[in-house]
Amino acid sequence: MVALDRLDLTLEPGQLVALLGPSGCGKTTTLRLLAGLEDADDGRVIVAGRDITHVPANKRDMGMVFQAYSLFPHMTVRQNVAFGLRLRRVGAAERDQRAIDMLELVGLAEQASRYPHQLSGGQQQRVALARALAIEPQVLLLDEPLSALDAKVRAQLRDEIRRIQLEVGITTLFVTHDQEEALAIADRVGVMRAGHLEQLASPTEVYSRPATSFVAEFVGLTNRLVGEVRAGQLTVRGRVLPLVERETPDGQVVALVRPEAVTLASHDAPESGPLVGTVIAVTFLGATSRVTVDLGDTTVLAQLTTADATALPAGSRVALTIRPDPVLVSASSDPAVPMAEDEA
Amino acid sequence: MAAVTALSETPATSAGRPRGMQARRRRRLNAFRYVVFTVLGLFFILPLLALLRFSLEGDKLGTWSATAWRQIASYQNTGIPPLLSAIEITLELAIITCVVTLALLVPTMIWVRLRVRWLDRTIEFLCLLPLTIPAIVLVVGLGPIYNKIQHFSLSSLMLFWIYVILALPYAYRALAAALNAIDVTTLSEAARSLGASWFTVIVRVIAPNMRQGILNAVLLTWATVLGEFTIAYLLLYTNLQVELYSISRNTPNAGVLFSTSFAALLFAFVLLLILSYAGRARRGRG
Repeated sequence: MVALDRLDLTLEPGQLVALLGPSGCGKTTTLRLLAGLEDADDGRVIVAGRDITHVPANKRDMGMVFQAYSLFPHMTVRQNVAFGLRLRRVGAAERDQRAIDMLELVGLAEQASRYPHQLSGGQQQRVALARALAIEPQVLLLDEPLSALDAKVRAQLRDEIRRIQLEVGITTLFVTHDQEEALAIADRVGVMRAGHLEQLASPTEVYSRPATSFVAEFVGLTNRLVGEVRAGQLTVRGRVLPLVERETPDGQVVALVRPEAVTLASHDAPESGPLVGTVIAVTFLGATSRVTVDLGDTTVLAQLTTADATALPAGSRVALTIRPDPVLVSASSDPAVPMAEDEA
Repeated sequence: MAAVTALSETPATSAGRPRGMQARRRRRLNAFRYVVFTVLGLFFILPLLALLRFSLEGDKLGTWSATAWRQIASYQNTGIPPLLSAIEITLELAIITCVVTLALLVPTMIWVRLRVRWLDRTIEFLCLLPLTIPAIVLVVGLGPIYNKIQHFSLSSLMLFWIYVILALPYAYRALAAALNAIDVTTLSEAARSLGASWFTVIVRVIAPNMRQGILNAVLLTWATVLGEFTIAYLLLYTNLQVELYSISRNTPNAGVLFSTSFAALLFAFVLLLILSYAGRARRGRG
């Protein structure tokens, strides 16, 4: 079984790159290869011009934060943070000072003498981050460090990781399956699928100009609407839309339309049309709401402000308008990305 | 309204009945527990009290004396070594067996768990194997080797080889339980990424987190050595148990036999308490 296939990933110094992808796509394997915790059959790992492919993990000079809580239970927080420095034979006074500095950086200096079991999950991951940073690694590797935390702590720690990364200026690879997390903090996002990189670009580009239909469907919610391409023009339910790829061959396709590109208006007239439907559900998301509209042969999601969505309760008739943004299409035979992976 | 009242009363009445039944059942269960506890407690404590009483028996029947306890240190049987030497040899055997068993098992088990997981079952099988082999079979098998050892007039401490084998199953189970309780892979990978060698991972990261398991393994190994009689006797070595047996067959003063047995038991019990306390203290802290 091939876990990674022709993967070519370059991290610019000081950048935070997020690797995003569904379970089993190879993102964690990539990270573990960089850390030296897995051996590659082929290929090379180069850091600052030095080939470290065959260098053991303990000599790679990379800091790593794991998905599972990885603090050493028999050591205090301070001892945990100072562990890597001790192995590097840093003097006791300097070691303690650096440990405290790192703990201050993550806001946990007051917990220095506590044991890991006396900390919350979020605090443990912050200590793990301080421990990884204390050795001043060349690269910081974060393997889904937030996945075991609850939503609120997760969002806080996510922002904190970004703040610290910018403050320290360390090159960071962040592996996650949460697209919101990746888009929120990364300088560049790499979307992986079945062992290879589909796209590596800025979060804005990945979202608004996805390189492949997989990226379009994996990052953010996407409506799959059947359309037809004729002479470089896409027609979806009677509406003509521009194409991202103008060279798309003629034929039936599936247009990938973002929910925020769909707007809704009340439709009281009795006549119907290809873009007239009935609201079947309104999902409150805070400032915005997601409205599900039944068009008879398919359902469409629209993302509206909550104020607009309130005027369109379930059962109301609505007319859809699709914003004329360039649309990416996929062959009609391509399978959809599972919904579970779509959820932000 | 009447219907509502009737409906609301019915569940209350039916709820009251199970509560009463539950309380009766709980009382019966408690009584059963106390009876079982008392009977088993007496079953264990009465022979011990009898042992203590006999060890304190005076010259005349029914009198009290601590002579037998004072004689532990000075008792000299017809053969060599004296009782105190036998105690010393047994304690030394227990310490050597514990050290060798742990030195053999702890790194091996951690290494297998970390690097050669597929060997886990084989190691488990090998370690548990001594449980299925009767002592007499071990003696027959190891007899020629020990004949050679005796040829070189080596001391009874040579018994530790066979005691390590005897202690393997118990020590293995205790250590395996400790290993299962920690995330060995994540801890070792975290340590490796911080620059730790495999030796450091085992000695400074994994082993300290197996403290309770190591203490349990020590206790079980210690108990195995303190309780072993058959092999030492059949291989013609003298340890505490063999010496006690010898006393029971030859001495006119059986009191010292009881005092020494009770002292050995007390020693094991104190050790058990210390190890339990150490484990609890660790859990309380970390």
